[in-house]
Amino acid sequence: MAIMSLAQAVNNAISLEMERDPNVILMGEDIGAPGGPLGVTAGLYQKFGGKRVIDTPITESGFLGAAVGAAACGLRPIVEIMFIDFIGVALDQLFNQAAKMRYMFGGKAKIPMVMRAMCGAGLQAAAQHSQSLESWFMHIPGIKVAMPSTPYDAKGLLISAIRDNNPVVFLEHKAIYGLEGEAPEEAYAIPFGQADIKREGTDVTIVATAMMVGRALSAAEKLAADGISAEVVDPRSLSPLDEDTILKSVRKTHRLVIVHEEVGFAGSGAEIAAMAAEKAFDYLDAPILRVTAPFCPVPFSAALEVEYIPSEEKIMAAVKKVLGD
Amino acid sequence: MGLTKEKMVDIYSTMMRIRLFEEKVDELVATARIGGFCHLYIGEEAIAAGMCAHLRKEDCITSTHRGHGHLIAKGGAVKLMMAELLGKANGYCKGKGGSMHIADLDLGILGANGIVGGGPPIAAGAAWAAQYKGTDNVCVSFFGDGASNQGTVHEAMNLASVFKLPVIFVAEYNGYGEFTCQANHQCIESITERAQGYRIPGVSVDGNDVIAVYEAGGEAIERARKGNGPTVIECKTYRIKGHFIGDPGAYRSEEEVASWQAEDKDPIPRFRRRLVEKNILSPKEIEDLNASIRKEIEDAVDFAEKGPLPTPDELLTDVYAD
Repeated sequence: MAIMSLAQAVNNAISLEMERDPNVILMGEDIGAPGGPLGVTAGLYQKFGGKRVIDTPITESGFLGAAVGAAACGLRPIVEIMFIDFIGVALDQLFNQAAKMRYMFGGKAKIPMVMRAMCGAGLQAAAQHSQSLESWFMHIPGIKVAMPSTPYDAKGLLISAIRDNNPVVFLEHKAIYGLEGEAPEEAYAIPFGQADIKREGTDVTIVATAMMVGRALSAAEKLAADGISAEVVDPRSLSPLDEDTILKSVRKTHRLVIVHEEVGFAGSGAEIAAMAAEKAFDYLDAPILRVTAPFCPVPFSAALEVEYIPSEEKIMAAVKKVLGD
Repeated sequence: MGLTKEKMVDIYSTMMRIRLFEEKVDELVATARIGGFCHLYIGEEAIAAGMCAHLRKEDCITSTHRGHGHLIAKGGAVKLMMAELLGKANGYCKGKGGSMHIADLDLGILGANGIVGGGPPIAAGAAWAAQYKGTDNVCVSFFGDGASNQGTVHEAMNLASVFKLPVIFVAEYNGYGEFTCQANHQCIESITERAQGYRIPGVSVDGNDVIAVYEAGGEAIERARKGNGPTVIECKTYRIKGHFIGDPGAYRSEEEVASWQAEDKDPIPRFRRRLVEKNILSPKEIEDLNASIRKEIEDAVDFAEKGPLPTPDELLTDVYAD
């Protein structure tokens, strides 16, 4: 076991898989010789060389498409879209090509590509560099979506993603790159479709992702002082989604609060809420509440950004509301 | 670049196979036996045939929405293509792709593509894989003048240039991007002007002269195989039919279309005359060859019509790989 940051966990996962499998290559803007804009991929270029760690020009559609073509021809590219907000200029290659080639071609193609991207607010990076867009990718059949909240989850999920024979969107919240935690030094894979109960409880189920997991856990601590026992469930992968773990928890607690940094309207929480309402209706003692970002772009000013990102107080208020306080 | 008699006959057969296949598809769409959108390659056969005559099974191609010609030229099975167009379970893609998404990865066909400009980046990637693995395989990326303005084409060319990728960009310049003529969609006259901007060697050929395409293709492919990077080959041609089957074609004059069907412009009569002049094939041999290809296409229709439709459970298969 070692203590590592989430960023180090990502680096380590890539390094171990590149050692293991010569078909794994890494590509993206500034990820090679410069080590990545926030240093996440530092050292990999020096270790594996420029043939396997490729600094691309700023042409996302071009190099995301190239990753698709390379994957179709037997390589296993990890391609970085620096900020998920930039997916717009390249989205066709992800959702019309990578996601659909296997199906459209009658099962013949295999696109084992990982698209890593930074997401999330909290660094005052403003509207075009701070979004959470996971629901967009959940909505596309043919791709998988993973979103770690801890170094342990990041390393295991990324190794799974690299080994997966499907295109995987791997979302790294930029404000928790520095979060430290324990993780094994050797390689291990966390399967997709396996949620993690980060905290056990009996009074309410809080489903949270990425940076909101930490906030939900802090909120749960404070709620415990008020005699409320909150269970925090981290889906870890949003597609496939571990419905069973969420439903089992809801059947136990009878109350569900969903927290995500995405805008609420048509966000990932809407899918989880609909699923729970459909499949655990008789177990619910209160309406399902979602604690989310408001329906606006991410603002720049620190005074506004702090209002934008769901706070512990808002999580606690939602819990108290479903408990009828 | 010696062209053997066999090779020339092969090339002619490929062109006829494409022509007769497309004419059959035209008929089947008109009689509602094929549904959806089909985009015919009639008039452009020399490009696919001339380029693919050089390619090995291991080489790749990316194609377009107007992909039947590329698929046939790269060795695609007409039976399986026809079954796919009829949406049958024994089609190339189990009936789940249709005209714009036919692929055969065993033949290096990375698919027809419903997205204009979708292919070139994928082709760059396929070339990258060949380079990475240390083979001398190449990828040919077909696209039209209509696609040439897409950002993806520019990005793919830039990547190919920077990384010296073994990709050949074949621009099928038929003078129209859907319903809009070239003069109205770009200020350049030749895409070779843009190739220069990427420092990629560019050449423009008569795309209806299959030997000219063959020769330019041969040079470009050799260059790529030797590790000397990409080439842009502009093939000037004409799309005899509408953009899609059913396109009334109000944006073109009948005279213009007819002029390109003349014996000295249509790529197939042009090559046929050459074969006869050079005693490669006699007129009788050509007739027999045409008849046998016609039979191939009829057999393909028969195969397709007899094939089963996919069952509902097929809806959810192959969304993911194991």
